[in-house]
Amino acid sequence: MTDTPHQKLRATVSKGDFPEQLETAPLVDALREKFGDKIVESHSFRGDQTVIVQREALLDVMKVLRDEAPFEMHFLMDQTVVDRLEMGKKPRFEVVYHLFNRENFKRIRVKVQVSEDDCWIDSVKSLWLAADWMEREAWEFYGIDFRGHGDLRNVLLYPEFEGYPLRKDYPKDGEQPRLPLRDHRSWPRPKPADIT
Amino acid sequence: MDMSTEERALQESVVLTKMDHAINWCRKWSLWPYPFITACCGMEFMATSSAHYDTDRFGAALMRFSPRQADLMWIVGTITHKQAPFLRKVYEQMADPKWVLSFGVCATSGGFYRNYATVQGADKIVPVDMYVPGCPPRPEMVLDGLMKLMDKVGRGDQHPENSRTVSAA
Repeated sequence: MTDTPHQKLRATVSKGDFPEQLETAPLVDALREKFGDKIVESHSFRGDQTVIVQREALLDVMKVLRDEAPFEMHFLMDQTVVDRLEMGKKPRFEVVYHLFNRENFKRIRVKVQVSEDDCWIDSVKSLWLAADWMEREAWEFYGIDFRGHGDLRNVLLYPEFEGYPLRKDYPKDGEQPRLPLRDHRSWPRPKPADIT
Repeated sequence: MDMSTEERALQESVVLTKMDHAINWCRKWSLWPYPFITACCGMEFMATSSAHYDTDRFGAALMRFSPRQADLMWIVGTITHKQAPFLRKVYEQMADPKWVLSFGVCATSGGFYRNYATVQGADKIVPVDMYVPGCPPRPEMVLDGLMKLMDKVGRGDQHPENSRTVSAA
């Protein structure tokens, strides 16, 4: 029977105690040692390690995270944006990356804070091609400019749509119809014979 | 009463009715559906149209994937503003007389999607003849809606916004 890291991890968890690596944050520590002040903030909750990175240092940090031990995160699982307008936090946007190492099942979450007035961030498309469509989507729904992407077009919305619908100050029912809508008051009332 | 041989033969083989009534009866039992399926209600639509519930009993089973060959449009699922022009175009491509059935609560009223993307009911785009609510509706509900629509077709009833190509029986 082979003992993959995943099986080892499951064996420990099923015994009821958390494996040792869940109590510490070795990846965050390694990253802090390498980059120092460029890591603005970090935390770890039950093995979920998170770092908040300076915007200008993003590409350097990401390149190390992809290529160098002990990270070697070859898989960009997800990239998304959080609009913190209603949380009353500044800067307003947080771009979130989830990275995954398929060899040892380690994950790390990288966040970059972006303000509304200076709404840009470097594209990581050059490091993970998977970022292509996710950055386009983040651009069309949150209006964040991914510099160096070079092909920011709509993925889901229709071309004439104006504004960024997932920003918290976009009205929830802000429909932008492409056709003139029929007047609901002209709907014919059903005759009693229809509803028997 | 004495009947001639000719009269007896006619009684056994001829039914007298109004022309419109006969035409509407034919239309009622041979609806040709066009499925405009956009979302999860499509699963329930498949269940309804296949052998267990069998819309073929009503002559309404053979899907036409060209709107030009169809006279009943099933709008099955959420209609987004992005799709609205295509829905309208397909509807306009259908030959008269035509009927529209909205399947499920999203097509009927937008359902729980009150947001920037969703049309609040397919009837904001095309006139709808019969609404079947539910998320998704059970096949029994759909069959009930279909039978009510067939009654409507049999009466020669058509949505007032469609051109009047059907006369009442």
